[in-house]
Amino acid sequence: MRGAKSATWVAGAIVVALGATACGGGSSASAEPGVVRANWGDPQNPLEPANTNEVLGGKVLDMIFSNLKSYDPKTGEAKNDVAQSIDTKDQQTFTIKVKKGEKFSNGEPVTARSFVDAWNYGALSTNAQKNSYFFADIQGYDKVAPAEGKPTAKTLSGLKVVDEHTFTVTLDEKMSTWPLRLGYKAFAPLPKTFFSDHDGYLAKPVGNGPYAVDTYDKGKQMKLVPNAHYTGDDKPQNKGVLLKVYTDSNAAYADLQSGNLDVDDDVPAEQIRNAKSDLKGNYLSQPAGMNQVITFPLYKDGWNKAGMEKVRKGLSMAIDRKAITDKVYNGTRTPATDLTSPVLGVANGYSKDVCGDTCTYDPTEAKKLIKEGGGIPGGKMTISYNADKDSHKQWVDAVCNSINTVLGDDKACVGNPVGTFGDFRNQITKQEMTQPFRSGWQMDYPQIENFLTPLYATGGASNDAKFSDPKFDALLKKAGAEPDVKKATDLYKQAEKIVLDKVVSIPLWYQNGTAGWSDHVSGVQLNAFSFPVFTKVKVTD
Amino acid sequence: MGRYVIRRLLQMVPVFIGTTFLIFVMVYALGDPVAAMFGDRTPDPATAAQIRESLHLDDPLWSQYLQYMAGIFRGDFGTAFNGTPVAELMGSAFPNTIKLTLVAFAIEVVVGVGLGIVAGMRRGRLADTGVLVFTLLVISIPTFVTGYLLQYFIGVKLAWAAPAVSSDVAFGELLLPGIVLAGVSLAYVARLTRTSIAENIRSDYVRTATAKGLPRRRVVGVHLLRNSLIPVITFLGTDIGALMGGAIVTERIFNIQGVGYQLYQGILRQNAPTVVGFVTILVVVFLAANLIVDLLYAVLDPRIRYA
Amino acid sequence: MPEITERAPATTDGTAPAAAPEAAAAPRSLWGDAWRDLRRNPIFYLSAVLILFLVVLSIWPSLLTGTSPYACDLGRSQQGPGPGHPFGFTTQGCDVYARTVYGARASVVVGICTTLLAAVLGCVFGGLAGFFGGWWDAVLSRIGDIFFGIPVLLGGIVFLSVIKGGSIFTVVLLMAVLGWPQIARIARSAVISAQQQDYVQAARALGASTPRMLLRHIAPNALAPVIVVATIALGTYISLEATLSFLGVGLKPPTVSWGIDISSAATQIRNAPHMLLWPAGALSITVLAFIMLGDAVRDALDPKLR
Repeated sequence: MRGAKSATWVAGAIVVALGATACGGGSSASAEPGVVRANWGDPQNPLEPANTNEVLGGKVLDMIFSNLKSYDPKTGEAKNDVAQSIDTKDQQTFTIKVKKGEKFSNGEPVTARSFVDAWNYGALSTNAQKNSYFFADIQGYDKVAPAEGKPTAKTLSGLKVVDEHTFTVTLDEKMSTWPLRLGYKAFAPLPKTFFSDHDGYLAKPVGNGPYAVDTYDKGKQMKLVPNAHYTGDDKPQNKGVLLKVYTDSNAAYADLQSGNLDVDDDVPAEQIRNAKSDLKGNYLSQPAGMNQVITFPLYKDGWNKAGMEKVRKGLSMAIDRKAITDKVYNGTRTPATDLTSPVLGVANGYSKDVCGDTCTYDPTEAKKLIKEGGGIPGGKMTISYNADKDSHKQWVDAVCNSINTVLGDDKACVGNPVGTFGDFRNQITKQEMTQPFRSGWQMDYPQIENFLTPLYATGGASNDAKFSDPKFDALLKKAGAEPDVKKATDLYKQAEKIVLDKVVSIPLWYQNGTAGWSDHVSGVQLNAFSFPVFTKVKVTD
Repeated sequence: MGRYVIRRLLQMVPVFIGTTFLIFVMVYALGDPVAAMFGDRTPDPATAAQIRESLHLDDPLWSQYLQYMAGIFRGDFGTAFNGTPVAELMGSAFPNTIKLTLVAFAIEVVVGVGLGIVAGMRRGRLADTGVLVFTLLVISIPTFVTGYLLQYFIGVKLAWAAPAVSSDVAFGELLLPGIVLAGVSLAYVARLTRTSIAENIRSDYVRTATAKGLPRRRVVGVHLLRNSLIPVITFLGTDIGALMGGAIVTERIFNIQGVGYQLYQGILRQNAPTVVGFVTILVVVFLAANLIVDLLYAVLDPRIRYA
Repeated sequence: MPEITERAPATTDGTAPAAAPEAAAAPRSLWGDAWRDLRRNPIFYLSAVLILFLVVLSIWPSLLTGTSPYACDLGRSQQGPGPGHPFGFTTQGCDVYARTVYGARASVVVGICTTLLAAVLGCVFGGLAGFFGGWWDAVLSRIGDIFFGIPVLLGGIVFLSVIKGGSIFTVVLLMAVLGWPQIARIARSAVISAQQQDYVQAARALGASTPRMLLRHIAPNALAPVIVVATIALGTYISLEATLSFLGVGLKPPTVSWGIDISSAATQIRNAPHMLLWPAGALSITVLAFIMLGDAVRDALDPKLR
């Protein structure tokens, strides 16, 4: 019976441990009057503007920072926000004047120095900021972030403070559309406390946006209140926002239906069909600055040899985009007609027809083209994707079925899942892919240039296909030097046509942003980045 | 007895080292985690090099392992990629998961053993078939579906319970996820109990006890159950560790930021400190549960002795 | 002592010739006995017919359907049953009936092979640990603990991405390697408690050899809980394969399996429940067949039931 005695001890210990844990509860998440409760997830990086490259952290930074420019939620047009003016004479050196009287939420004034210090911090390689390449066009980047070895300078030589509210930026090359990117969060100003008390900043970030962080309970929730020092045009029309961390979009959706959540910008794909009736019409779906393509490994002879252009075009024409977006995605994807996204609007480079018949489903012509080009290399192809998120399997299977039906061969195309996103990206960057693979692009700023230079320019940071074409590169350069933004956009469109004609990748569809909301709130809309425009949300009760 | 317990506790040391090393090697084998941090974009070489250096990724495996172990002895479990110390993650995840496990475990024991007794005593009759059908249902319908259906009908449609657990993680909110989590284990417990009871109900000591005129409740509760519980308790012991680490699906569906969820994130982001830290604690829990189970054998069957 | 007296005539009843060497004759007559019992049990025949059917289905799926599981048309996505397509269509517009029939091969093979492998490993490790105790127990059980500690997801991703797996063999191997410690724990406990039975103590006192003790006296009495756990595990292995495939580390397309179909149907449960019903139904019938077989075998091995 001595066993029984020790068992009692163990049981006792468990009870004590339990009692201890039960007492450590957090604060309650019940509705406060006037406060919007919204879906959120744990950010993947510390909440530093130059270190946040995913939507969860981006959502918060979008609320607590105002940038030099901001994008119109409807048209995507870039307008001056914190910037008084941005001028240039030679498309290479820009003079930026910051509005006077702007303040951070701790009362500190926003000055030219706030920007210059922030950008220098973001660019310096020893700070390991994941968005550092945004500063790569600025003169002196190769000194603060050399590809090998230690940096030889601490600051970018292209950034100069002129006076309290003026600074100049000098680029390595001419680029007329450069200021359009200044609405991206990597270019946000930073308060002095970011540098003097970094841990304090991370625990409770300080920005110059319409909202200020009130409390931040990591991994659980963040409470935001209107920033008392905010002087811009975008004053919040509610008393604050409570961002609640959810582990899964279905859990958030269930909470939304039960009235425990007000704004959900991540309605799960399988619920889309029921969302309108579940939410009694409180639902919207609109194109986002995100597209999905299939990229060919042009560095492998198999997909790059003579005649493959025809095969690649034929494969693109063998995909029934309309059926897939309707049946697999219930209309939350829009078949692609170019390499950009509809949120840009025609003015910034979106086109309804530039892809032409390459993006049009035509089984007979598709089969003919693939045959003429010599058929799929090796007779079989796979489409690689990462299986760990976003359910890519569904559309890859559908695309393969579509291709197989056209070719009359059950097994000509099959999906090839890769376990983790990391493994998948490593295979791409090390050029180990022998077969086509999925890639997606989420825009940084609504301008066609952002959809071309990184992805298709020779040596571009995300040129996964290793595409290289001197004519294309020359057009990009010409567009950059063109002082008139409209003319520059036209030049970019000509460059886009080259990529499409060579079918470097198969444009599939634009992703939509979705949002559902409770009866408790009104005025929900999504901006160009598919973030809810929280400042415009009104609490109705 | 005391020496036996001490010996078992000492055995935890090699298991601890073995497991941490094995898991460390496994996460290492997954390859370079840096590329995944940059999304669909090729990392800037200078930044990537900097991150690799700060995570010691360029050092040889054994050196990384030693640095990690040295950190553990200083109470430093490393940091997750979003800058949160792993110790802090464990501090917030384990209480949630322990609560969920306790709820699931209680359901498993009470309902599982209960169903097993009923089925075992009425072997071949309707109650037995009923338990069999229930077992089949639980096994063939994935946890994801039961979880989602319960969440939808009981949480959303009937509004009997909150469909998603709030950040307080109160015990009441854990009833629904507890049922879902207990599901498959419940099937094991019920079938094990049933078989054991059916086997022992014919044994001489039960016949003797009945013949002696002991009340039925006492025969079943003391004589029959006590002798039938060894396989059941063994299973329950192995299940504690499984429930704590394997609640990935349930925790995700019901919005519980627990061990399974953090472990899943750590694996997908190839973050060695997170994965090794959590798994190590799970193995310790598992060892402790096994030890308790082994000690319980002696309680249930006094003939079993430990020297 | 009733067990011993009951068993004694049973052994001499056996079909084995009395002159056969003791070591060979003894187990054969015991298991021969069980076999005779089995043949009288209708449950055994029912389960055997079901399992035979599943095996035939795995080898020649084309016997039951002329439709290809790969002939998919998005135009029929998630449609209900229609003429020639009794179970309806999946999201991709494939025939659910054809996929259920063709899915049997991968699922049944994965389920049976993994269970067998895990049970053998578990019985050997657990049985030896329980029988010898001491150092054997310490070493074998702690090895089991280490393996049990590896999260299935991590094991799956590492194992299958490092060896570039995706075949049925690699999936079986992975699941068995991660699954045996549970069966080992159960086997160990059953052996420990069987050792305390009077007839085992008696046999030991009479100087029975170790293999004889293990195979003749302990194994039949320790098998019941192992069979229970193994038969249920068979079902969970089939589902686990689904989880692994869903995470991209299990069977690779174009393999068809119930698991893969169940997991893709699971998210669509509100839109098209029929997609889930049939593969899940097939899975339960398989598990049922093996649970019944397990029960029959266990009964046949229990002398108290004779």
